[in-house]
Amino acid sequence: MASKWKFTIKDLAEKPEIFMSGHRACAGCGPAIAYRQILKATRGPIIATNATGCMEVVSTIYPYTAWSIPFIHTAFENVAANAAGIETALKALKKKGQLKYDNVDVIAFAGDGGTYDIGIQALSGAAERGHNFLYVLYDNEAYMNTGIQRSGGTPHGAWTTTSPAGRVIPGKVRYKKPIAYIMVAHDIPYVATASIAYWIDLVRKTRRGLEAEGPAFLHALAPCPRGWRYDTSKTVEIARSAVETCVFPLWEAVDGEYALSAPSKVIALKPERKKPVKDYLKVQGRFRHLFTPKFEYVIDEIQQIIDRRWKRLLKKCGMT
Amino acid sequence: MAITKQNLLALNGDEAVAYAVKQSDVDVVSAYPITPQTIIVERFSEYVHNGEVDTEFVCVESEHSALSMCLTASATGVRVFTASGSAGLALMHEILYVTSGARAPVVMAIVNRALSGPINIHCDHSDSMVERDAGWIQIYVENSQEAYDSIVQAFRIAEHNDLLLPTMVMLDAFFLSHTLESVNVLPDETVRKFVGTRKIPLVRGHKGKLVPFKLDPENPITMGPLDLYDYYFEHKRQQEEAMQRAPRIIKEVHDEYARISGRKYGNGLIEPYRLEDAEIATVCLGSTAGTTKTVVDQLRTKGIKAGLLRLRTYRPYPVQDIINALENVKAIAVMDRSHSFGAHGGPIFHEIRHTLYEASIHPQIVDYIYGLGGRDMPQTLIHEIYKDLQKILETKRVEKPIQFIGVRE
Repeated sequence: MASKWKFTIKDLAEKPEIFMSGHRACAGCGPAIAYRQILKATRGPIIATNATGCMEVVSTIYPYTAWSIPFIHTAFENVAANAAGIETALKALKKKGQLKYDNVDVIAFAGDGGTYDIGIQALSGAAERGHNFLYVLYDNEAYMNTGIQRSGGTPHGAWTTTSPAGRVIPGKVRYKKPIAYIMVAHDIPYVATASIAYWIDLVRKTRRGLEAEGPAFLHALAPCPRGWRYDTSKTVEIARSAVETCVFPLWEAVDGEYALSAPSKVIALKPERKKPVKDYLKVQGRFRHLFTPKFEYVIDEIQQIIDRRWKRLLKKCGMT
Repeated sequence: MAITKQNLLALNGDEAVAYAVKQSDVDVVSAYPITPQTIIVERFSEYVHNGEVDTEFVCVESEHSALSMCLTASATGVRVFTASGSAGLALMHEILYVTSGARAPVVMAIVNRALSGPINIHCDHSDSMVERDAGWIQIYVENSQEAYDSIVQAFRIAEHNDLLLPTMVMLDAFFLSHTLESVNVLPDETVRKFVGTRKIPLVRGHKGKLVPFKLDPENPITMGPLDLYDYYFEHKRQQEEAMQRAPRIIKEVHDEYARISGRKYGNGLIEPYRLEDAEIATVCLGSTAGTTKTVVDQLRTKGIKAGLLRLRTYRPYPVQDIINALENVKAIAVMDRSHSFGAHGGPIFHEIRHTLYEASIHPQIVDYIYGLGGRDMPQTLIHEIYKDLQKILETKRVEKPIQFIGVRE
């Protein structure tokens, strides 16, 4: 896929808002920033569907809506099937000559719970069947809507209300599921990771995902001030720190071919720029317990996991 | 209108359903196979792969996704069908409520099968009975002919703009799904004309504008919003109001279909059989009604005033029709092919007895739980039930209001 789409800040600024003001997301909400940026990258007509979660709840409290496009929410675990249903209906309408448009972009939004955990079956099924839609995972690394419970996307060592920083067990025991790799393994045309801190990269990747013919998966890290326990002004900084420490490297896989994106490529080329994971952890309250003598060893563990995963990614990208 | 000339085909119940769907100009079918519904999806796959239909057919990875796809496809404005049963229907459970709440007129065939555990693939009604409160219209058919006829009618009923209620048509596993019967089928063009094209009503959308009730980029609306305590209740009330309108529309569609096909099933909601002067009667639904009719005929030859009431729709539950049909019967046996554990009898018994509390004469009523997990319900057992009813008629006493029949004690 050769993406020719070019844009300037002015283009994006002039584009009418799709995810409108008036939603009830928290101050400093990472996902809300992600939604606004992602929807700036869309082409013509769009239909969006959203899994149950923070963003559906804050944007569609009846009789209000933050959506200026057709939008449907049905349940928590089925957003990929919902998107498949919309795409299939559009196909049927097109075949009958009843669709006014050449193309309608279908976007499915879901958080980490609706993707890593309860939603992975529907997502895997839709990917296998090759439905043409963009799946956006906004990853705030826990079940934030229900009060910060751990998910398959919660990182090792993090405090949540179901993986508390106890006297014996320091936060989440297991590691974060490598969901984007799992999606690449489905042999779909487009998979990418993105961060709200690198918005040009995020917007471009969204467009490439939409232009892909078949299922596309965009994994966007979207920090949550409530759940990650930091000051609401720090959302973008933390999102950037995740990339700088290689906790959340930026890459894309077009037809299964991995390539690092610029912000991570810089680090690959100049390893001295790779910041220690401590920098990322210390500003977040959810990792505060790791900075006690008793649990300091966990920070080393996290560093090892991050290093190992980074090394593996470099190999996939042909950078070693 | 003259009755249309029809073709007589040898079809089992599943094939009859698939054939009706093939003729009904369905845009999207999404389904997962589950015994004994499987033949429906298999036959439909053949139609698709042989180019006999232009339906978008998607074989999904689970019933949960099947209904999820149908729901949003329906919300996009197209005609939609799926089929399931038993564990598959149970897996859809959550989405059944979402579908009716979203007022998506999905049509689904259910091949009634027991629920685990222990696992069992044979017929009883425990799967669809637990879904009676999900806001779907429920039609139980007696034979494969009725399965065919009811599927065609279901699209008209579900998509009626005064209803927009998802509709399920139930047929008994194996007794109907896998048994070859003679089925009269209407010509393709007659069915196509009968079902027509789906019409989308206008609703008040963003900024108060009247817009089509569908996902349409030209007229965006938000569907499936978060409804808190300030609106949820009103939306649920609207579903009930639609259900109240359903009997009239089901009857209308049924009568219109009768005019072209020559086939009627009572008044579309209930089918009374030799009840006019009946002193004793049974109430049941599904294929058991066929066997029971034979038994009633045998009893009538002996001068016994026996009758039967078959419920065709269980949702909407036709209260007044049932009262009218049963009010003068002195002893009634309800036959439940499912059970509500720990309750005082099966679900149909609850409602029939409750309904007749409003009747002017209160008959004696007993419940028979029968046929769980596909256990046969032969004529001999049905004769036993009528014998019990005769005894109740004589003694005016009910010894045992709830019994399991055909089970090893």
